[in-house]
Amino acid sequence: MISENKIYFYPIWLRIWHGINAMGILILIVTGINMQFSNPKFGLVNFELAVNLHNISGILVTINYLLFFFGNILTSNKRYYRLKRKGLFKRLQLQVDYYTSGMFKNQQPPFPLSEKRKFNPMQKVSYLTVMYLFVPGLVITGLALLFPETIIENVYSVSGIFLTAILHASLGFLVSIFLIIHLYVASIGKNPLNNFKSIINGYHDIHGH
Amino acid sequence: MLKSKIRASAFLFNRLAMQSSFLFLLILLFLGFSQKSQAQEKSLTPENDKCLKCHTHQTFTFQNTLTKKEDKRMSNPLYILDKNHFAAGVHAKFKCTDCHSSAYSTYPHNAELKLEPLSTCLDCHGGDEKYAAYQFEKIEKEFQKSVHFQKSGESFTCSKCHNQHYYQAKSRTSSVVGEIIGFSNEMCMTCHSNNSKFQLLSDTLKPALSQIHGWLPNQELHFKNVRCIECHTQVVDSLSVSHNILPKEKALKNCVECHSKNSMLVASLYKYKNLQSRSEGGKLNTIIANKSYVIGAYQNFWLNNFSIFIFIMALAGICIHVILRIIKK
Repeated sequence: MISENKIYFYPIWLRIWHGINAMGILILIVTGINMQFSNPKFGLVNFELAVNLHNISGILVTINYLLFFFGNILTSNKRYYRLKRKGLFKRLQLQVDYYTSGMFKNQQPPFPLSEKRKFNPMQKVSYLTVMYLFVPGLVITGLALLFPETIIENVYSVSGIFLTAILHASLGFLVSIFLIIHLYVASIGKNPLNNFKSIINGYHDIHGH
Repeated sequence: MLKSKIRASAFLFNRLAMQSSFLFLLILLFLGFSQKSQAQEKSLTPENDKCLKCHTHQTFTFQNTLTKKEDKRMSNPLYILDKNHFAAGVHAKFKCTDCHSSAYSTYPHNAELKLEPLSTCLDCHGGDEKYAAYQFEKIEKEFQKSVHFQKSGESFTCSKCHNQHYYQAKSRTSSVVGEIIGFSNEMCMTCHSNNSKFQLLSDTLKPALSQIHGWLPNQELHFKNVRCIECHTQVVDSLSVSHNILPKEKALKNCVECHSKNSMLVASLYKYKNLQSRSEGGKLNTIIANKSYVIGAYQNFWLNNFSIFIFIMALAGICIHVILRIIKK
């Protein structure tokens, strides 16, 4: 489905899924920071409200994650996430070189996106890490904290809840860092807003990166 | 025929072996128990033996002067002592007559002895230099402001919470916060989760605790890890434990009082400075092992700074990239 160099890249189901994830994770980050650094004198959101919003968004993002996880097993969408190990480091190097110097010399991207290749190697690695390591880690620790009675009380005399909470907060922090970089890299397109428009209307400009 | 005989004798042998091993286990268990209770009872003063002979039992016997017969009567269930609990308590070494009238040493007791006022805790603990650090006089003043005293007056004695026969100084001696919490909450629960005890001082039924605390998320976890008095008393810095139990309308309902960097728990539950020194593992271990994670209150210096560092690095990287993009456009 090509028209004027544009590919219909993001079908409606994907955009809805991405939208729910984006909203959910943003709420989780804001309410998470609010709880971690809560203060009786100052708070973006009231603590009780933050806890409730965090729980609701957490469950929503978990359901959304299950759609992603099983969707990627059952549909052909998984092909975009397949990573060939051979020469991976070299391919990553090429992409890093492009972002750090090539793009400033008006060079062509080393892995131009097409209907067959939706993600460049850097995207693949980061999306795989976030979606198959960080997010499931957050879902598991988050659900455990939602039902704290399920957590092992003491792990070698260290509180199990303490360990789970530290892991949850650390992974949450890493996802926030991913989000900042994800949003910034998204601005590297034909123009800074091009990719943001794509994820809303579904059409990707193949001259973008 | 022979086979069935062999089978029968084998069966008999197995059964005997099982029975004897069961018996052996029973003997072991009995020995274990009797040794344990002997050890516990040893810590009690032998002079109390006579008193405890009746006062730890459901019934007592006496020579009825009217019928001239030996009578057996039921003890008041509220006054039946548990020997093991008594032996574990702070007053285990005391003679009964240290607090109760020495006239009780004659039996049957003179009925009029009941009319004598009982000794109060402050009779010993008040004005004594040995206990100065615990500030019992100040505790009494704080207690007199409490809802317990306001509603029940003098009939609400120290011993309603601090059972004089079983009391253990867990808050001062335990190195495990969980144990301190459990012991402290048990004091409240003795009456607040038991209608017959509650009605010793009140004409109403005890309030339904889980319903009243319905607003509290993870209620069970809070009940297990936070003392009731954390929210139901006014924290006084100079006292180890606040004794001004507030009326329910004034109970703390603001999450961030505990869930924040300056958590109230640090001022109350974790204020025991010697808690750290009590722990064998030292400072770090105490903090990690004792502090069950409190959202917002746990701020790790290194983790916080490390995360800020990564955050700044990410932003700096983006800024440099943006500048390069603008320059090289």
